[in-house]
Amino acid sequence: MTSSSGVAVRSKRSRRVRRIATPYLLLLPAVAIYAVFTVYPIYRQFDISFYNWHIFPGASNPFMGWSNYTAIFHDPVIRTAAFNSFLFIVITVPVQMAIGLFAAAVLTDRLPGSMFWRAAVYIPVVTSWVVVSWVFSYLFASQGGVMNAVAGFFSGHTVAIDWTAQTWTANVVIWLLSIWKGVGWSFIIFLAALDGIPKQLLESARIDGAREWHVWRHVVLPSIRGAVTFVTVLLVIGAAQVFTQIFEITKGGPYNSTQSMMTYMYQQAFSNFAFGYAAALASLLAVVLFGLSAAEIRIMRHQDL
Amino acid sequence: MVIGVDKSKTKPRSALAGTGPGLFGIRKRNRLRMVIAIVLAFLSLGPLLYMVSLSFQPNGGLLGATVLIPTHPTVQNYVQAWTQNSFGRYFVNSLIVSIATVVVTVIIASLAAFAFARYKFRFKELIFYIFLASLAVPNLLLLIPQFLLMDRLHLLDSLMGLTLLYVASNLPFTIFLLRGFFEAIPHEYEESFRMDGAGTIRVLTSLIAPLSLPALAVVSMFIFSAAWDEFPVALTMISSSQHYTLPVALADFIGVHTVEWGPFFAASVIATIPVVVVFLVSLKWFRSGVSLGAIR
Repeated sequence: MTSSSGVAVRSKRSRRVRRIATPYLLLLPAVAIYAVFTVYPIYRQFDISFYNWHIFPGASNPFMGWSNYTAIFHDPVIRTAAFNSFLFIVITVPVQMAIGLFAAAVLTDRLPGSMFWRAAVYIPVVTSWVVVSWVFSYLFASQGGVMNAVAGFFSGHTVAIDWTAQTWTANVVIWLLSIWKGVGWSFIIFLAALDGIPKQLLESARIDGAREWHVWRHVVLPSIRGAVTFVTVLLVIGAAQVFTQIFEITKGGPYNSTQSMMTYMYQQAFSNFAFGYAAALASLLAVVLFGLSAAEIRIMRHQDL
Repeated sequence: MVIGVDKSKTKPRSALAGTGPGLFGIRKRNRLRMVIAIVLAFLSLGPLLYMVSLSFQPNGGLLGATVLIPTHPTVQNYVQAWTQNSFGRYFVNSLIVSIATVVVTVIIASLAAFAFARYKFRFKELIFYIFLASLAVPNLLLLIPQFLLMDRLHLLDSLMGLTLLYVASNLPFTIFLLRGFFEAIPHEYEESFRMDGAGTIRVLTSLIAPLSLPALAVVSMFIFSAAWDEFPVALTMISSSQHYTLPVALADFIGVHTVEWGPFFAASVIATIPVVVVFLVSLKWFRSGVSLGAIR
């Protein structure tokens, strides 16, 4: 009898241990991968940023203190890259959100072929950046590009703008491409958010005689506030790492004039092998963006939309 | 501006008339909505249809002439794209990396999301927020230290190494979404399951997974398309052409050759098909799966 109760106690305890250990065991693979491939690199990045780091084996990596960071502020290309990245964010993010929300509002109620329209708006999101970068390059080609042909059709004489070879027109192509490919993502999140608004809430607002504008202002927008915050934060972060479309369309040229922070960082690291400098750049950018995201979340949480 | 309520009084409500949020006055104006839908679809699909059209255009005729619909369509570009540049290999590489990323991420993220959704433990929210915090920092910023790390682990130029990085970058968002879905599953189901003596893994595989199938499908689609499309990391980590994934191969195609646009666009179409198919298949689950509960 005593032995059997001992077994019971032990098994009870082992069950308790198991119960406590289970969540940690479940988390283990995720935490391990995250620690090795995300957290450690963050630390490593800061570490490298204080050295004149050479990738080549056996090379010495002299300690530089903060000089990689101070160099950033004397680098003329940084100013262009930061300005381009900033412009890219403030232009593409609001436009994507506006069009995405507009499309969601139009397509949220049933319409013949609903599923088709929704799928069509989303499809650019799943295409490959490399592919669509070249499709757009081709659309905007100076010779035989569709856009020049369209412009020619309306202006009445031959148009041969070399879009991707000049700073501003190249920027326009990059923005248009990014908006085109990005709209579907905010669209789908807004669609889900609009779908989730309780119908009674809308109905009762309308029965009260509220104008459609007021229904939007006071019922719809407040209800999707979470989605708006979410989309803003993630789009800004996505826009801050604009890379492939610039890398493919202009390579940052002419004369670095279309460089973004990310393409410039990449060039410093993997073309100029200035790993320490590029790491300093990346660390600084990470801190800035992290602060920006935190600020966005804070502002939107406290603001009445 | 039209007042919605007034209109519904004067006119019998059409079967399709919205009860949803709609947009200002056009909520019930289906014809206008239809026109907008067509314009949106045209703008979205136009460039892609143009790509398809170019891929059937005889190579010599490209660039210099504006072509909307090829007058002498040919499949020669496809033959050339597939046979000349070991394109089949890149295709398989992309497929391996993307599928592996989906499988590993979904399994690992499900385990973690289940822990977050169903257990109380120390530092739970702290750990969760540490995961979430990485969403606030662009992944690409870690390219340099990740490159050095992979170098040290001898995982440079390897599809497995690439997969691991993709898993790591997709984990936080997947855990975040799945936690929300799992939390929405009523506790009672699980209790009765456990009463029958089911262990944690059984609960996950026979209860949670089937119940959240739509969510898992949608999340898988997100991860697949992200991995299939990923360029900068693959460009950095992969050096030998036998390990190229499609985006790297396509970029290389442009960089190295004097551009043969016909075969390039044919290759692009081939590279685009799988991800579009995956998306269309996942549509089936989209409505039920993505209430994206966690976000709202």
